[in-house]
Amino acid sequence: MSPTLAGWLQVSVLVGALAACYRPLGDWIAHLFTSPRHLRAERALYRLTGVDGDADQRWPVYLRSVLAFSAVSVVFLYVLQRVQNHLLLSLGFPAVKADMAFNTAVSFVTNTNWQSYSGESTMGHLVQMAGLAVQNFVSAAVGIAVVAALIRGFTRSRTDRVGNFWVDLTRVVLRLLLPLAVVLGLVLVAAGAVQNLHGLTDVHTLVGGSQSITGGPVASQEVIKELGTNGGGFYNANSAHPFENPNGFTNWLEVFLILLIPVALPRTFGRMVGDNRQGYAILSVMAVFWVASVALVTFFEAQHHGAAAQAAGAATEGKEQRFGIAASALFAASTTLTSTGAVNSFHDSYTPFGGGVTIFNMMLGEIAPGGVGSGLYGMLVLAVVAVFVAGLMVGRTPEYLGKKLGAREMKFASLYILTTPAVVLVGTGLAMALPGERADMLNSGPHGFSEVLYAFTSAANNNGSAFAGITVSTPWWNTALGLAMLVGRFLPMVFVLALAGSLARQQPVPATEGTLPTHKPLFVGLLTGVVLIVVGLTYFPALALGPIAEGL
Amino acid sequence: MATPLPAALRTHLTALRMLLVMTVLLGLAYPLLLTGVGQAAFPRQANGSLVESHGKVVGSSLIGQGFDLPKKDPGDADEPARPDPRWFQPRPSAGGYDPTATGASNLGPNSEDLVRAVRERRAAVAAFDGVAPSQVPADAVTASGSGLDPHISPAYAREQVARVARVRGLDRAAVAALVERHVQGPVAGFLGQERVNVLELNRALDALR
Repeated sequence: MSPTLAGWLQVSVLVGALAACYRPLGDWIAHLFTSPRHLRAERALYRLTGVDGDADQRWPVYLRSVLAFSAVSVVFLYVLQRVQNHLLLSLGFPAVKADMAFNTAVSFVTNTNWQSYSGESTMGHLVQMAGLAVQNFVSAAVGIAVVAALIRGFTRSRTDRVGNFWVDLTRVVLRLLLPLAVVLGLVLVAAGAVQNLHGLTDVHTLVGGSQSITGGPVASQEVIKELGTNGGGFYNANSAHPFENPNGFTNWLEVFLILLIPVALPRTFGRMVGDNRQGYAILSVMAVFWVASVALVTFFEAQHHGAAAQAAGAATEGKEQRFGIAASALFAASTTLTSTGAVNSFHDSYTPFGGGVTIFNMMLGEIAPGGVGSGLYGMLVLAVVAVFVAGLMVGRTPEYLGKKLGAREMKFASLYILTTPAVVLVGTGLAMALPGERADMLNSGPHGFSEVLYAFTSAANNNGSAFAGITVSTPWWNTALGLAMLVGRFLPMVFVLALAGSLARQQPVPATEGTLPTHKPLFVGLLTGVVLIVVGLTYFPALALGPIAEGL
Repeated sequence: MATPLPAALRTHLTALRMLLVMTVLLGLAYPLLLTGVGQAAFPRQANGSLVESHGKVVGSSLIGQGFDLPKKDPGDADEPARPDPRWFQPRPSAGGYDPTATGASNLGPNSEDLVRAVRERRAAVAAFDGVAPSQVPADAVTASGSGLDPHISPAYAREQVARVARVRGLDRAAVAALVERHVQGPVAGFLGQERVNVLELNRALDALR
């Protein structure tokens, strides 16, 4: 079979598998968010934590719960790293230094999983399991909970209640993430990913040298890292590491896991608003960007522009032999479009345009299909903007799913859209203006600029992948990127929940002749255009200085 | 009756209790369950797919290793590694096949350093294997993502056959046949790409004598 045919086949099988899961999984998540019944285990958990499972929260209370849970998580994870030398399974590693521990705590709580540390030489097994992997679950659940609140804003009327954060969080963890992680984690072990509590195993190599083979509870972390669109690798090499991603099958499975929940959530949305076609419309927009991205990255990597790739004869620098171009490009496009940030090949060595597409993917705001939960709420905010733009064209008050989009709603939507670009561009500008931070770039010229732009884009959009060339383990980078991740995660959530509260209060207006149908191809085209123009174009000047200057 | 706590404090206490319960469930019970079941059902994979030669563990079939000559001065960290001609050679590694320092070169596509490294490797491999520089495949001159890539392309393995056979005094056809037996196709015919596991190949080579 030719590599090209194999490349298309892996994409086709992936699309088929995702399509097969779309309805059952989306419906299941919708059930989690609407069922009045609690499981026995959930009731026990509510008793332990003092949660009233039947209470319904106003949006400020929902928000306060999200923020309190995240704040407590940051502090807990910070302390855990600072005292790891006193804990079991520390493998003899010292306490993580303060700025790096802050950056890592923020990174995992915000679902970013930017890593300024190198896993195999910094983190003991207990911190990986009880600290980092726990956040892989709960930070994902927080994102899914917030989108549940936003959807309730559309489905409910004349109420100030948007759901119960603690119930949403618990149900997503217990009924969605944990069962999938147990089953698919074991599949990864069977396929070769390691799962043990060993430290280093010293072996004598065939030629008589020595090598220290690492151990660790890798598969249990790998599966939720992909499923929760987290992306923080157990090892520094992330999913390029053979123990995290041993072969072509696990690679395909990991891409599938990355896309599984974000792709199914539009179904949840359609189901909950009582019109599945609304879900298909949102999914179509996501699919347009994903398919285009996969095709473009694959094309550019196969063409192998760039002096080094030309000299080598193929763009194989930073890629693994067992994956090759097509499987690497598929992973790269999927991980940067979903806020995952796991990598099976190193984007810094991608061709100028191939790497440029990965930056642009993140700049779109992680919405196609985006991170778990965050992708859908990002896309729904843009859908609100698209409906508003269409309303302006015909001169009538726009409405989306029966809810009027007035000044208050548009303020929240606009603030949402402005937050991330502001963080990315101000942060990049600041880093380039400071001579010391500029000197941390490994590469010079436009590629060095791309590295800095990539870092802030990745942090503010909560992606977490890197053009790993910059030395980011300095106090300045750890602090600056930590703040970028915090603002990029929680400020948009404030606006989303405020929007949810505002929508839930309204009495729905009946659809009339003049209502824009939001399930037709016209709307899909409109929303695609809005994403490209409103979000993508914001970054055009920055892109022109980096990847575009480098590629031309 | 005790005065009720302020709402903000109460929320944070709930958050803390929720986090602690989640930590016990997801941070301890879940990974230990997977470790237990994994160790019972798939012990070889769960422990890193270790491989033996002459009764001793020599590495992991998933983790590449270097096949270099012993250093002239073992204490000199800066002494460049010299490939051992008796073995099939793996790809260049940014971390010298050290599993405690994994990762890629992270050099950009137009990096002068990378272009120079690629040219030097091409010349070195061509001279080492006694082939024309144009015959050296891309994976032989570029570092992998993990720095632990256990595989090379079938083209690079075939390119090394003549040198290995000559140095070892083996029949060239026998070595070539050995390489062909070690060519693994993509999983299910389309996932990933063709490859040769260097450690497995060299183990078999060692047994060939």
